[in-house]
Amino acid sequence: MPSLSLPPPCIALSGLPLLAKPVPAGFPSPAADYYEERLSLDEHLIEHREATFFVRVQGHSMTGFGIHDGDLLVVDRALEPQDRQVVIAVVDGAFTVKQLCKLQNGVLLRSGAKGHVDILVSGDQELIVWGVVRWSIHQI
Amino acid sequence: MTIALVDGNNFYVSCERVFNPKLENRPVVVLSNNDGCAVARSSEVKALGVKMGTPWFQMKDLARKHGIVALSSNYALYADMSNRMMAVLGQFSPDQEIYSIDECFLGLEGFSHLDLVEYGKQIRQRVKQWVGIPVCVGIAETKTLAKLANHCAKKNLAGSDGVCDFNRMSGHELSSLFSSIEVGEIWGVGRQLTRKLVELGISTVEDLRTADARTLRDRFSVVLERTVAELNGTPCIEIEHDVPNKQQIISSRSFGSYVYDLEPLKEAVASYIAIAAEKLRGQGSLAGMVQVYIRTNPHKDAPQYQRGLTIPMPEATDDTFRLTRAALWGLKRIYRTGYAYQKAGVALLNLTDAKNRQMSLFSTAKDNTKLMQVMDRINAIWGRGTLRSAAEGIEKGWKMKRERMSPCYTTCWGQVPIVA
Repeated sequence: MPSLSLPPPCIALSGLPLLAKPVPAGFPSPAADYYEERLSLDEHLIEHREATFFVRVQGHSMTGFGIHDGDLLVVDRALEPQDRQVVIAVVDGAFTVKQLCKLQNGVLLRSGAKGHVDILVSGDQELIVWGVVRWSIHQI
Repeated sequence: MTIALVDGNNFYVSCERVFNPKLENRPVVVLSNNDGCAVARSSEVKALGVKMGTPWFQMKDLARKHGIVALSSNYALYADMSNRMMAVLGQFSPDQEIYSIDECFLGLEGFSHLDLVEYGKQIRQRVKQWVGIPVCVGIAETKTLAKLANHCAKKNLAGSDGVCDFNRMSGHELSSLFSSIEVGEIWGVGRQLTRKLVELGISTVEDLRTADARTLRDRFSVVLERTVAELNGTPCIEIEHDVPNKQQIISSRSFGSYVYDLEPLKEAVASYIAIAAEKLRGQGSLAGMVQVYIRTNPHKDAPQYQRGLTIPMPEATDDTFRLTRAALWGLKRIYRTGYAYQKAGVALLNLTDAKNRQMSLFSTAKDNTKLMQVMDRINAIWGRGTLRSAAEGIEKGWKMKRERMSPCYTTCWGQVPIVA
């Protein structure tokens, strides 16, 4: 029987996965009724899809928090930053990953390794928290 | 029914600023295909008197003098940010109509018990926090008025904190406000129509609102009559706008009976693309992005679902085949089983002149399949443009210049932002 498979739609979209092959018709599987969705990392790691972004870590300032050079961070902008959470902050126009420590008057952006500076943001200075870091993905 | 129109402030520029905070408070322009003209200007650039569509080469001296940062259009980024923004807005009402890449109508029927200005502020806050895009909200009883209210919110002519609700204003206040706004600001009143109206002594919004609708219909079109009715609070304009809009082409239809399966939706979407693509070619344009959306009937007491998706084209095209493939790809991603769909639609966005079409060394898409797949995989990992067609390098005049494009921060693993 001639193959009915069509070439999958080829749309050059950066970073987006190509569609799977077409599903062949055939007899129904006895397992069909029990089919459950395979585990998805997306579902596990991402709570607020629209507000979740990925960033890449450079440097060793946060190794104490299990965040290493080259790691991928899952950042959620929808969450209100809580005291002691690791966040992405904007300092002098650049992104930095630090632990947010709320003080009496201001905020301390704490790094997680010796030899790396903490950043003190006083009460009257502007602090922009870009998002809360939920996961760090480290390749072995 | 009360309607809100939410739209992004300087959308392309705002997208860039989310990932490059250094651009905040700096004058920024985003350039069209081929780094040709300004298609987006930050408020700082607008303040310098730069008009929309100003060619970049004309601006270069001004740019140097004022430190204007120019960026090439990063369509993949804008499309993704738009999808996020629209998804967030969809949380605020089940009745959502995505109008363009950065504008969306929200039907607020059933929300009358709420303080709508407060609601508008919540909308602003959430979009700004979740996606990073600043928006303004206009609220009124018709789409035309909602658009006007949004304009007032944005320019600080009425309302406060980026939200303007015309229902909060007295008839007298509205008349006074409308008398201070040019008739050309009204949705659907373009440059040519404005000129003709001004000749008739209709130069402000108030003038048009109080004009005799019948006379206008006879002189111009039923569309203008509807606009006048809308200005007076009588809703009559569907999302399918009759006035040809050069910036985007929309093709959509409500179904005669509910559609549940993907196959008939595919057929519908394919037919809408065919219609839209014909209009596209008719006006000599190419589309850089395709938007597809589906929705259930918001007034029916049944599970609700509406989603839209914006898909950037690898190169601007007027090819029905390619546009259809993009639309169907998007449709498959947003389709969910178990819903009674009442309406589907497509929009062709980011229109550019067909005269600037990039020549391809290859023949039609069919032969390119395997090659395209390899290119896609490589470009997905290393970034768009890593592999390009040879034609891009040969015909210099045709090459789409995007020399100042920011990284694809959200669509390419190799280009996500770096944090230290």
